[in-house]
Amino acid sequence: MNSIYRRRVLVNRVSLVLAFAAMAVGMVFLLWILSVLVFRGIGGINMAVFTEMTPSPTGAGGLANAIFGSLMMVGFATFIATPIGILAGIYLAEFGNRGWVGPTTRFINDILLSAPSIIIGLFIYAVYVAQVRHFSAWAGTMSLSLLAIPVVVRTTENMLRLVPASLREAATALGAPQWKVILSVALRAVGGGVLTGVLLAVARISGETAPLLFTALNNQFWSADMNAPMANLPVVIFQFAMSPFENWQSLAWAGALLITIFVLTLNILARTLFVPRTS
Amino acid sequence: MSLTDGSALVTSNETSRYVSQEQQLATLTRRLALQRVLDGLFRKTTLFFALFVLAMLAAIIAALIYGGYPAIEKFGPGFLTSRAWNPVTHEYGALNAIYGTVVTSFIALLIGVPLSFGIAVFLTELCPVWLKQPLGTAVELLAGIPSIIYGIWGLFVFAPIFAEYIQPFLTRTVGAIPVIGELFQGPPTGIGVLAAGIILAVMVIPFIASVMRDVFEVVPGVLKESAYGLGATTWEVVRNIVLPYTKAGVVGGIMLGLGRALGETMAVTFVIGNAPKIAASLYSPGNSIASTLANEFAEASDVLHVSSLISLGLVLFLITLIVLTLAKLMLAQLAKQEGART
Repeated sequence: MNSIYRRRVLVNRVSLVLAFAAMAVGMVFLLWILSVLVFRGIGGINMAVFTEMTPSPTGAGGLANAIFGSLMMVGFATFIATPIGILAGIYLAEFGNRGWVGPTTRFINDILLSAPSIIIGLFIYAVYVAQVRHFSAWAGTMSLSLLAIPVVVRTTENMLRLVPASLREAATALGAPQWKVILSVALRAVGGGVLTGVLLAVARISGETAPLLFTALNNQFWSADMNAPMANLPVVIFQFAMSPFENWQSLAWAGALLITIFVLTLNILARTLFVPRTS
Repeated sequence: MSLTDGSALVTSNETSRYVSQEQQLATLTRRLALQRVLDGLFRKTTLFFALFVLAMLAAIIAALIYGGYPAIEKFGPGFLTSRAWNPVTHEYGALNAIYGTVVTSFIALLIGVPLSFGIAVFLTELCPVWLKQPLGTAVELLAGIPSIIYGIWGLFVFAPIFAEYIQPFLTRTVGAIPVIGELFQGPPTGIGVLAAGIILAVMVIPFIASVMRDVFEVVPGVLKESAYGLGATTWEVVRNIVLPYTKAGVVGGIMLGLGRALGETMAVTFVIGNAPKIAASLYSPGNSIASTLANEFAEASDVLHVSSLISLGLVLFLITLIVLTLAKLMLAQLAKQEGART
């Protein structure tokens, strides 16, 4: 073996070991974070977490109002964002190839997809909260739905583009009008994929804290009034974790574990259950 | 005659026998016309929602300018270069927060980019096929963990270990080097600009790594096989074939990660220490634009304070807008190049 060859082999070995190490570091962080969450959170999880209200710094309690608030806001936001996102996605996939609207919207949607979520919160504050002069669950719902829309748009468009042209042509040849071709043939063929997009959007907004800080704010008590500040898991976790009180901190860990389980389950479901069936 | 009558005429065999051909034709034409109207309506509806998405960006910028106007009017461009942040004397400037945002993001990229590159190389070139899917999913799960989780993990788990072992170690080793050493001085508290940068690095790794993996996958097999056939090692293939081919995409992925890092709120808020100052040492607390907003906004009551915070948000939004636009353009360039070759 000459020296050039030896050096090349050595450089190759070193770089591959480094690549392996990088992968290992990534996995270590994932496992570290997850195991800490389970380890610290599991102790705090009991029936009271689901049935009792957020406590005062000295009392005992649970996260019932925060869990309820999160479900309400995420639910309404998904309800608002899904049709808007799907319709906009249909435009991009079916009509958006010519002219300037399609390409520009696609570009801006991609940017909104990665835009800082706290800015969306600021936006809703400026256009809604500041005008009606009070924080409310509706404001929180609005900012969450604005965060969910780009995700749904993106997946709907990508999925519709997977539909083979022959399928559309067959439907058109049978005399189906375009709206029927799109809604009952193309969209139906990739319905599972579109659902994936919705699930990913739900997963994304369930853990969002920043846009709720100054829209939905927080509420120590049970409230089902969408027009008033409402407790929600992320903000409660933030507030409790930053506090010096031990019972608050342990509830924060319990909440963190709940959210993570929810979000990761959705992520895995979205990736495994609804794989598009196109050949 | 109403439209429903018309359709009944055609679909029912009983009646259509007695209908003249002209009438049938007229009904069909009418139905076609109706479908054409429905098609137009459908198209317009989808266009409306596409325009809604389009308008969102403009609306956000307009709302932030409107909300931040009192501060913009009072401080002018000096807002960007002023280090003042004093709610008592009503003096506000953005420089501290911009500095914190930029420095933490820079640290995140410095640590995150090599690691992401290694992960992407491992996933595309080294990993056994049966492990590709699970490891790829694991990286995406890391991206799926909500940022607040990174925040409390950083504050309660990472920061104590960082203060106990890593910070003193860095002070002893890197801290001894002149000039650069200045950055690693001071009491090891575990929270501060450096800690925030490291947490951010962990957060952006999955984003950058998955973009890099995706762009590495588009390299045509023939190109790589030719290089292997000439006797190139795996590293040489990555260095001389994969990287040059995917240059634009790799830079795009890094910019995408930068966009994430700049606007990340919760993870940074927990560990940066939240002090409006610029210090020589990376160990000292600081703040970023996003962390300032998260900490002060709900409590800010006077108009100038609120509008200064909104102006800060505007600055952040414009910075990320530029970074993300560049990222998109670079990724589009790679897609175009790929399209031209296949």
